[in-house]
Amino acid sequence: MSNQTLPLPRPVDVINTGLGRRRAAERRFRLYGVAAITLALIFLVLLFISIIGKGYTAFWQTQIQMEATLAPELLDIADPADRNQVMAANYGAVMKAALRQAFPEVSGRAEQRQLFALVSSGAEDVLRQRLLDDPSLLGQTVSLWVPAGSDIDMVRKGHIDRSLPESERRVSDQELAWMDELAQQGRIEQRFNWNFLTGGDSRSPEQAGIWGAVVGSFLTLAVTMLLSFPLGAAAAVYLEEFAPKNRLTDIIEVNINNLAAVPSIVFGLLGLAVFINIFGLPRSAPLVGGLVLTLMTLPTIIIAGRAALKSVPPSIREAALGVGASPLQTVTNHVLPLAMPGILTGMIIGMARALGETAPLLMIGMVAFIVDVPKGIFDPATALPVQIYLWADSPELGFAERTSAAIMVLLVFLLSMNALAVILRRRFERRW
Amino acid sequence: METSMNETQQQAKETVFRAPDRGDLQATATVDREVRRTVGEARVADPRIRCNDINVYYGTAQAIKNVNLDVGRNEVLAMIGPSGCGKSTFLRCLNRMNDTIDGCRVTGDILLDERNINAKEIDVVPLRAQVGMVFQKPNPFPKSIWENVAFGPRIHGLARSRAQLDEVVESSLRRAGLWDEVKDRLDKPGTGLSGGQQQRLCIARTIAVQPEVILMDEPCSALDPISTAKIEELIDELRQQFSICIVTHSMQQAARVSQRTAYFHLGDLIEVGNTEQIFTNPNHKLTEDYITGRFG
Repeated sequence: MSNQTLPLPRPVDVINTGLGRRRAAERRFRLYGVAAITLALIFLVLLFISIIGKGYTAFWQTQIQMEATLAPELLDIADPADRNQVMAANYGAVMKAALRQAFPEVSGRAEQRQLFALVSSGAEDVLRQRLLDDPSLLGQTVSLWVPAGSDIDMVRKGHIDRSLPESERRVSDQELAWMDELAQQGRIEQRFNWNFLTGGDSRSPEQAGIWGAVVGSFLTLAVTMLLSFPLGAAAAVYLEEFAPKNRLTDIIEVNINNLAAVPSIVFGLLGLAVFINIFGLPRSAPLVGGLVLTLMTLPTIIIAGRAALKSVPPSIREAALGVGASPLQTVTNHVLPLAMPGILTGMIIGMARALGETAPLLMIGMVAFIVDVPKGIFDPATALPVQIYLWADSPELGFAERTSAAIMVLLVFLLSMNALAVILRRRFERRW
Repeated sequence: METSMNETQQQAKETVFRAPDRGDLQATATVDREVRRTVGEARVADPRIRCNDINVYYGTAQAIKNVNLDVGRNEVLAMIGPSGCGKSTFLRCLNRMNDTIDGCRVTGDILLDERNINAKEIDVVPLRAQVGMVFQKPNPFPKSIWENVAFGPRIHGLARSRAQLDEVVESSLRRAGLWDEVKDRLDKPGTGLSGGQQQRLCIARTIAVQPEVILMDEPCSALDPISTAKIEELIDELRQQFSICIVTHSMQQAARVSQRTAYFHLGDLIEVGNTEQIFTNPNHKLTEDYITGRFG
């Protein structure tokens, strides 16, 4: 009865009094969101600046112009027509002769050794290639650009500080003087480093290339994709559309979820034990890498695939079954096409993870030092993340910029893969 | 044991629930509401489908209790009843759509042309071509209108060439009364049509495989009165060739389109009879309560 004597406030008034607080909460929440995104973006930009800032120099290479006389007696070539002789000839001697000729005042073993280090040992390959291309050059003097030694390269790129006292820097005053002399003559230049993009790994940083690792990663991922997509999609379709729901399928489901959480190094050990030791597949091969990464990727694809299949409305299945489609026709004609974008998304997530995976590849020997670019899935190979790991671990200064450059290549690889995924998804997507 | 107890409990609940407001207004109804055996003529002379002792269980819960019912040739049989009374469940027995539901068990014989289609060894694929179904919510495939209609004939191999398929698509759409509205956009997605058009597209898809019986599960529940009228007209036309079972919540619709009506209540088939008789002179009190709007 007290209600009548004490009139209640109008609901609108009650609502209005609380309105300010509600709006503030809303604004605060939006602010948190914006702050989180900004923070993430800042870190991303910092990461990119750091990687690109350190890595872009690796795409350039210091080259020195040399006048080399291809004297047969130095090269030890008796018969220029014999390719084997040309291949095995002593180009180092020619290079040294050319350097001595350029700096005739240099004498003494130690000084000479410093002088020879001006030019990379890769210069011999340049000479060899020149002579293989044109055997008539034998006995003549040729002018050619050869890669500089790593230390000179580093000085030119500013990674070695010239202002430091001689005792604290890797490059002696003498070497700097030679370098400046060459620069004055216009015989030292920065050129685009094709070798980095097309070559294999090397012990000398100025000769190390990323292509071997790119091909290794590509072959490994190709094996992974060819195996894990059909297997994963088929498993997801079977479990979701055909399998009876009983205790066995429950156990399978739980275990698939568990597998997705198993550390990748365990899969690496499994691959080592099963694929290499029992099946006798070759060590360090992209085939084994692909198999191991397939094991790792399968749970991701199955889980994403099942979620995608689950999201297809049951009314579509009923419609197809209602006109007399068999369960398989229902799936292949209607359910699978509708689930395809989701399955593809799952696959791309799995593949992106596989691309960045290092640990399992260490276990199966893809961490070996491999100079040759692999030609097939049975050739020894390494992969991009493993190459990054190897270079990051190397003490030579020249590998620091290459590590960053390799990360850039990995990111480009990743971005193009994701772009492909987006395109694929667009093509498969259907509107309701 | 458990189910029979459920039954008793439910019946008890019903009784308690309805006990107070019983008058003796309904002089026509002769069978008391506690009686659950089927009243009226469940059998017809020359049935298309004959159901004997159908029981349906979802796990341990019984959804349909001992239903005997015939579907005649060239007739529309309407199934009415309050929500959850089992009429959709019963309908889905007739083309074995309940197979797709986990834990659903159907016992009893369903004879289609003297063949028990509830037997384990029956292949549901030809059965569902023979007994087509239209669902409550229009569910066209997210493909073109043409693809929607052509899907059935194509998977069953009913048309040999693209030209034949075109013919089937056109005649089905014509009979569904949709041809004139969509003939210029057969390649556009079926999902882009309006609700009523979508439902007629689904009917066209169903009749494209030339079924003998068509099951309709509340086909107009999502539609406006104009679309509903169109579909009812269509049902009347289709009756010339097919047997049609229709589940509906609209008693006016049942009265308009059907020749016979079956009233379901909590899994029991309470009363069957000529539609006119059911709506004007029901013999069971529950039927009477329902059609006079006392509940449901």
